[in-house]
Formats: sequence, structure tokens, C-alpha cells
Amino acid sequence: MENESLKNLAIKELLLQLADDDFIHAYRGSEWLGLAPHIEEDVASSSIAQDTMGHAVIYYKLLEEIGEGTADWLAHDRQAHERRNAIILEAANGPGHYMKDPDYDWAFAVVRNYFYTQAKAIRIQSLQSSSYAPLAEVAQKVQMELYYHLMHWKVWFVQLLGSGHKEAVSRMKTAIEKTLPDFAGIFSLGQFGEEMVEQGLIEGEAAIQKKWIDAVTPIFESVGVATTFEIGMEKGDGRNGVHTEDLKTALDTLSEVYASDKAASW
Amino acid sequence: MNVLLNEMAEQEKLKHFIARIDAGEKIEADDWMPEDYRGTLIKLISMHGISEIMGALPEKEWVPKAPTLNRKLGIMAKVQDEMGHGQLLLRVVEDLLRPFAKKREDLMQDLFNGDLKFHNVFHMEAKTWGDAGLIGWLVDGAAIISQTNMLGASYGPYSRALHRICAEEVFHAQHGEAIIMALAEGTKEQRKLVQDSIDYWWESLLLFFGPPSKKEVGSSKQDVTIRYKIRTSTNEELRQAFFSKYVKRILSLGYTIPDETLRFDEESKTWIYQQPDWSKLKVLARNEGPRSQDRLKLRRISYENNKWVREALAPKVI
Repeated sequence: MENESLKNLAIKELLLQLADDDFIHAYRGSEWLGLAPHIEEDVASSSIAQDTMGHAVIYYKLLEEIGEGTADWLAHDRQAHERRNAIILEAANGPGHYMKDPDYDWAFAVVRNYFYTQAKAIRIQSLQSSSYAPLAEVAQKVQMELYYHLMHWKVWFVQLLGSGHKEAVSRMKTAIEKTLPDFAGIFSLGQFGEEMVEQGLIEGEAAIQKKWIDAVTPIFESVGVATTFEIGMEKGDGRNGVHTEDLKTALDTLSEVYASDKAASW
Repeated sequence: MNVLLNEMAEQEKLKHFIARIDAGEKIEADDWMPEDYRGTLIKLISMHGISEIMGALPEKEWVPKAPTLNRKLGIMAKVQDEMGHGQLLLRVVEDLLRPFAKKREDLMQDLFNGDLKFHNVFHMEAKTWGDAGLIGWLVDGAAIISQTNMLGASYGPYSRALHRICAEEVFHAQHGEAIIMALAEGTKEQRKLVQDSIDYWWESLLLFFGPPSKKEVGSSKQDVTIRYKIRTSTNEELRQAFFSKYVKRILSLGYTIPDETLRFDEESKTWIYQQPDWSKLKVLARNEGPRSQDRLKLRRISYENNKWVREALAPKVI
């Protein structure tokens, strides 16, 4: 009995991690709308943000099905400390607001999007053989869209880092240095991680991180940039509810209309 | 002598051109066309294209704030479509601009220095979620009326782009209508959001179709666009079609329209209405509307911030 409830808890935690990651990532993507380097990119990246929000919805619906509250409640009505997303995904796109003086950094967007999408692809690969059948099933669907997302961000990453353009290369390196120290938060499975692995829900943190390094290393090599991958979790583990002010601000925006009348039908 | 021959040839070409469009043939990008036809198309399509792009901004403000996951997905898809329309149309303009050696970059500069205008509605504020719904429902509804009028445009590339755009706009209007219906059936506060939006947007919706004739604002392109078979109906005919389609729908939801004189005159079969303040179109064309400068600033910031990206991607000079 106790084992059963522990397993349920592990399932719930994993679904929250997956949902919250994609939810906040899609939000950061949608803030870029109309501000991307060119119109073609606006079209492409807003399509990706839309797919990503769709993935968050899939996971929130799985949570709804196991009685964890409605998908809309889960997305809009949980406080920052209840969220399970990795901290690197909540970091603002740059100084300023998406409606006023957004001083956003495309290099950071490309690095974070590529790194995260690569990690997501590996995680989704692993989830396809998850012992939790509903998750294995949706992983199949998400994977089809991810193929294109990953290709998109990989092209940007290679083109900018390998451009030979002094400012571009320097900005990309700065963005990489900004992303890696918190990137372990993506691989973290949180306090119920061992249970997740034991139950066969997903592969362990170390295994996924290793696959990620194996996947991105040749990309770095292809543009002649050496890196040591000092991956950390400097700001803490978002999986356990540790978050920054950036998440609180984002949640206020995301739930502004919802919170104006929670009982209303919108 | 040569000059005369060239003159003659030009006139022959024009005659042939007019015969082609009168026969319903499509003009393609590489075909000969009179300069004022090209000029009219460039003005019309670049304004349409840039309006789609600037038009994404007021709704984008509401993308993250959409109150449910379904509404978030809906509005994300819609705004992405609008950007896609902008891209499609700018590609059409780029072909037309080739003889002048002008490019996308020049269009953006024209936007920033005020030479390239965008539609009056996109200078306005989107203050509430009600406005986000109303933009989809009535602004896109108005756009569908004016764009379906050009589906048969004599310029083939524009006509084809419009077929795709109009098909998507129908979904946008349904998306907007769904938001409005939910609010209309909701709480007192939700219902009020819609009434406030109607009151705020009504005049802009009338201005959207343009003046009935030259005398209101000093110039109008409608005669030349009709002559060249780019469109079929006049501004006033389109506005009348808008009234016929939407007045009843608005009233049937229990809302009022901020025009006490609005009525359908059975005898003349036309809608009688309070003329909007046409001078506002001039104010907006100078980018002096409530949100004109803020939205232009957003685009300018993104253009300047991403300068390094364009440079890094530019083909290397060897």
C-alpha cells in the first residue's frame, strides 16, 4: 500500500516537472513574439512556443486525469514554491518587459532553447519506454514535433557560434556561460527521483545528463569551440520548489486574467 | 525617332495589359505592368503586410495573459498566423520592388521613418481581455470583408496569398467570437468588458474601411484599385456589408452600439450612420495614435538589438 502511494507520488512529481518546464518555457518563447531577429524567425519560433504550450497542456491533462486538479488550475493557480520547473527555464529573456523596452538577448534564447530542446528530446526518448503507460503514449506524440524544434535550434546554435563574427561568437559564449551553471536543474528529478527510476518511470539523472553531453559535444566540436561542461545548479533545485523572482513575475502575468475571477468561465 | 517608337511600344503594352486584366487574366511578377499599377500594388500590399506584423503586437500583449490553456493555445496560434501572413505578403512586395533595387530592409526603414503606414486599428490600445476578443471577432471580421473583396485581384501573387490568408482569417474570427461569447454569457464584469470594447472600437471599425470618397481625407486609391481590377467594391460598399453582417449580431447579444442614429433605411437599402471623425485617419497616418509610437518602438528595439544577428548571418564578402 505504502509502495503504491509512493509510486503515485513519483508519477505526480514527474508529470509536474514535465508540465511546468514546458509551460514556463513556452511563456518565455511567447514573450519573444514580434521581437525575433526577422519575420521568418518570428513565424517559426512562435510555432515552436505554441507546440511547447501544447505539450504542457498534455501533461497537465494527465495530472487532471489522476485527480490532481483541473489542467487550468494547475497551470494558473499554483504559487511559485509549488512549481517544479527547472530554474534556468524561468530566467527572464533579458532586462525590460515584453511590452515595454524589452532588451532581450537572442544569444541566450538560442543557447537555452537548443540546450533545453536537446535535453527534452533525450528525456522524451526515455519516457517512451516508461512503465507508466499514459506517459509512454504521449511521449510518442511529443517526439514527432520535437524533431523539428531540435533541428531549428541546432541550426541557429551552429550558425551563430560558428559564424566567425566576433560579436556573435562572444555573445554566444557568454550565453553558454550563463546557462550551464544552472543547467543541472533540467536533469534533476527532485526529491522523488530515486523512486521514479526504481519504478521505471524514467532513466536516472546521471544517465540523461551523460546522453545530453554526448549529443552536444560533437556540435561544439563542429564549430571548433571547446567546452568543459561545468554543469551546476547554482540557484537551487526548481524540482523541489526553489525559485527566483523571475518566476513570480511571470506567474503574475500568466494568471492575470484568470485570477481576476477564478470562478468565471472564460 | 527612337523615343517615339518607345512611346508607341509603351502604349501598345498598356493596351495589351488592360485587355489582359479585362479578360480576367492574372498578371504575374515578371510580366510587364504600368508603373502606377506597380506603385499601387506596392503601396497596398506593403501596407497590408506590415499591418499584419504590427497587428500581431496588440494581441501579443494578451498571449501570455489568456485566461485558460485553451485560450492560450488559440491566441498563440492566431498571432503566429498573422506573422505568417505578414511574411507571405512581404515576399509578394519584395518581387514588386525588384526594379527599384529595394529590399525588406528598406521596408523596415520606411516603417520606422513613417513612410510605410499600418492600419488604423493597430494604433489603438488593447486594454483588456475583452479587447483581445473583439479584435478577433470584429477587426478580423472587417478584414475578412475587405480582403475577400480582393480575392479575384488581377495581380496573381496577391490573389493567391489572399486565398490562404482569408481561409485562416475565418478561424481567427471564430476564435474571437468564441472569446466574446464566453464573456457575453458570463458575469456582469465579463459582460461589461465586451460593451466597453465595442464602445472603444466602434469608430475605429468604421475608419478601417477608409473614407467614402476623396473629399474626406484629400485622397483615395479606391478608384484606381477598382479600375485595375485589384478590388471590386468601394469603401462604402464594404462598410455597408460590415453593418449588414455584424449590427444584428452585436444587438442580439444584448449590447448597444455607440451610435444612436444607426439604422437601416429600407427605401434606399442602406445603413444610415454617424460619420466617424475622418481627420483621425490622418492623425494615425502620422503615427500619432494612442499606441503608435510604443509599437513602433518595440519593432525598432528588436531591429537594433538584433543587428548583430543579421550581420553574423549575412553572406561573407570574399
